[in-house]
Amino acid sequence: MAESHGGAKSPAAGAHTGADGGHHGGGFPPFESSNYASQLVSLAIFFVVLYVIVSKLALPKVGGAIEARQNKIEGDLTEAQKLKDQSEAALKAYESELAAARSRAQAIGNESRDKANAQADAERKALEEQLAAKLAGAEKTIASTRTAAMSNVRGIAADAAGQIVQQLTGIVPDAASVNAAVDASLKG
Amino acid sequence: MKIDPIHQFNIEPLFTLGHIGNHTIAFTNSSLYMLVAVAIISLLMLASGTQLVPGRLQSVAEISYEFVASTIRSTAGAEGMKFFPLIFSLFMFICVSNLVGIIPYTFTVSSHLIVTAALALLVFFTVLIYGVAKNGLKFFSIFVPHGVPGYILPLVMFIEILSFFLRPVSHSVRLFANMLAGHIALKVFAGFVAMLGFSLGALGWVGGVLPLALTVALYALEILVAFLQAYVFAILTCIYLNDAIHPGH
Repeated sequence: MAESHGGAKSPAAGAHTGADGGHHGGGFPPFESSNYASQLVSLAIFFVVLYVIVSKLALPKVGGAIEARQNKIEGDLTEAQKLKDQSEAALKAYESELAAARSRAQAIGNESRDKANAQADAERKALEEQLAAKLAGAEKTIASTRTAAMSNVRGIAADAAGQIVQQLTGIVPDAASVNAAVDASLKG
Repeated sequence: MKIDPIHQFNIEPLFTLGHIGNHTIAFTNSSLYMLVAVAIISLLMLASGTQLVPGRLQSVAEISYEFVASTIRSTAGAEGMKFFPLIFSLFMFICVSNLVGIIPYTFTVSSHLIVTAALALLVFFTVLIYGVAKNGLKFFSIFVPHGVPGYILPLVMFIEILSFFLRPVSHSVRLFANMLAGHIALKVFAGFVAMLGFSLGALGWVGGVLPLALTVALYALEILVAFLQAYVFAILTCIYLNDAIHPGH
């Protein structure tokens, strides 16, 4: 390596000999040792530069972005889970509330129906009692009227019997015997 | 019209940087394409934004990140993530310079053995130094496989040691040879098209369709190879580092 380079270097400036060697040497460029030093130096420089850029800037930046996204997604997922749980709890609460309201409504309905029934029963009973009382009163009136009418009939019958006896016999009969006769015939 | 498939690998000094001993250190076309690769990687990774919903460029940056990270995790375990910057730099540097090198009239940095050898030796010494620093002499237990009968153990150990020290050779030659051969093949087939056309006229241009189709197919293959070789280099680096991290098996 040093030998071939030394040979090339002696006649002219280094850079040109390198180029000439590449062009006209007829050798295979990858095996031309005169170029090794330049390539190694540039590779060392650029690879170190690349390594520093990659390790200090590029990977933290890209890795940070990926991690931030991961965290964001995980955060969003937990948030979504939380919201879902909340909505499920709200749904459950709503349903139990609804069930309670329904049973309460039923209870209120039953109660008011029972109350209405009871009231109607009471009213009907009062009305029936009233009607029964009126009926009894009316029956009593009818009975007394009939008794009165019957006694009037007896009086009329006694009068009529007295008159008839007077007309037939010309004797005014004794009131007591007429009454007894009427009573006897009414009984018979 | 002379076709020289080797011409594309020439190192052209652009300006001289200085001298080390009697070596001239020049900024060459190779240096320029290393700079281009570093610039493209930096641009991709740094100018791509950190939005919650990534754009195209940011997606590429993040896919590269995840790709290399998952490669390391699957081959060298979580501890291998210590070497994430190194492996990411290696992978991206090789991948980008290979892909840039496939564009016609450009130069391919990894088509020079000295470059791939330097990278392979970097990996080799990283493995060696980290392995010894972390595990002490236990690191050398990688040369003694479990369950090998005593009488062939010396032979197995010899093979293990030999293969360990040949790792940088295979590691670097694989990349170098792939890039070199691919580019030469491309150049030769593409050269056929022009050669047929210029030498045989109309018939030649018609006949050139076949090598042209081959060139297109080869070009597609080379794009795959450019990526694949970078991946192979990176995954081998992970496997070698795994020896340094977990020398037990």
